[in-house]
Amino acid sequence: MNDKNKMARQFIEALPHSRALGMVLEELDAGTAVISLPYDEKLIGDPKTGVVHGGAVSALMDTSCGAAVMSHPSNPHGTATIDLRIEYLRAATPGQRITTKATCYHVTRSVAFVRATARDEEAESLVATATGTFTVEAQR
Amino acid sequence: MSRPRPEPVQVIKQRRDGVLRALVEGVPYIQFLGIEFERRGNELTAVLPFKDELIGNPLLPALHGGATSAFLEVTAIITLSWAFIWEDMESGALDVTNLTPDKLPRLPKTIDFTVDYLRSGLPRDGYARARINRSGRRYASVHVEAWQDHREKLYAQATGHFVMPNRQA
Repeated sequence: MNDKNKMARQFIEALPHSRALGMVLEELDAGTAVISLPYDEKLIGDPKTGVVHGGAVSALMDTSCGAAVMSHPSNPHGTATIDLRIEYLRAATPGQRITTKATCYHVTRSVAFVRATARDEEAESLVATATGTFTVEAQR
Repeated sequence: MSRPRPEPVQVIKQRRDGVLRALVEGVPYIQFLGIEFERRGNELTAVLPFKDELIGNPLLPALHGGATSAFLEVTAIITLSWAFIWEDMESGALDVTNLTPDKLPRLPKTIDFTVDYLRSGLPRDGYARARINRSGRRYASVHVEAWQDHREKLYAQATGHFVMPNRQA
């Protein structure tokens, strides 16, 4: 991992909201980020089933998409979400870790385009997908 | 023709506030984020009191986009569920004594949710209201707006689609 990615990792793991949720950065490489979220009862959105709240999945998606932008070889100084759309394909299985993989597949001078997927431990089927656009902040 | 005497105001308030409390307190993630709901008649306003745990960018500082989207999604789901419960709550079809979360109907399930981040969330309280644009037997479409200091200056808005729970026969 180069210095740039080391800095990005430190930055991501220091985000207070991501820490509070318990996110773990698994991989970060040239426009791709993998972040996981261990199951925790505080994340439950449906008390009858114990399924994690969609909001926690979208926080995970947003963080991994932002991380993918930050790690892109075009070297953005900073980023912020412009728009993020999430599709919830199925309920995540209660008790299982959710892992998102985000790919920043195109960057212009001002905008980064990102796609992401989320899986639980039943890795063959997706839990959610996301597409987003992010700002690209230039070096000052 | 005589209409029935209106219920005493305290009875109405107690019933409505009790159901709303059961609805909101039953969801651990709402408690984790610290979201509260204020009620004026049937209109709900969600409040997200600021705390450090909601920060995404410590340098600015700014609220985490994920905290904002969760706030909007919670507001949409609770507003939708509240509208779904309303009639049964008012007619007495829903038993509101000793109400616990497991006696309430299932929550609507999110199909998709699109968040528009209009300006960075400042380190202070946020407010949100949802408008149900369409709620049919199976699907609902909801728009949510969130603001901080000025009602007109939104910091985020979202549109989502939901699958509604089955009505008890």
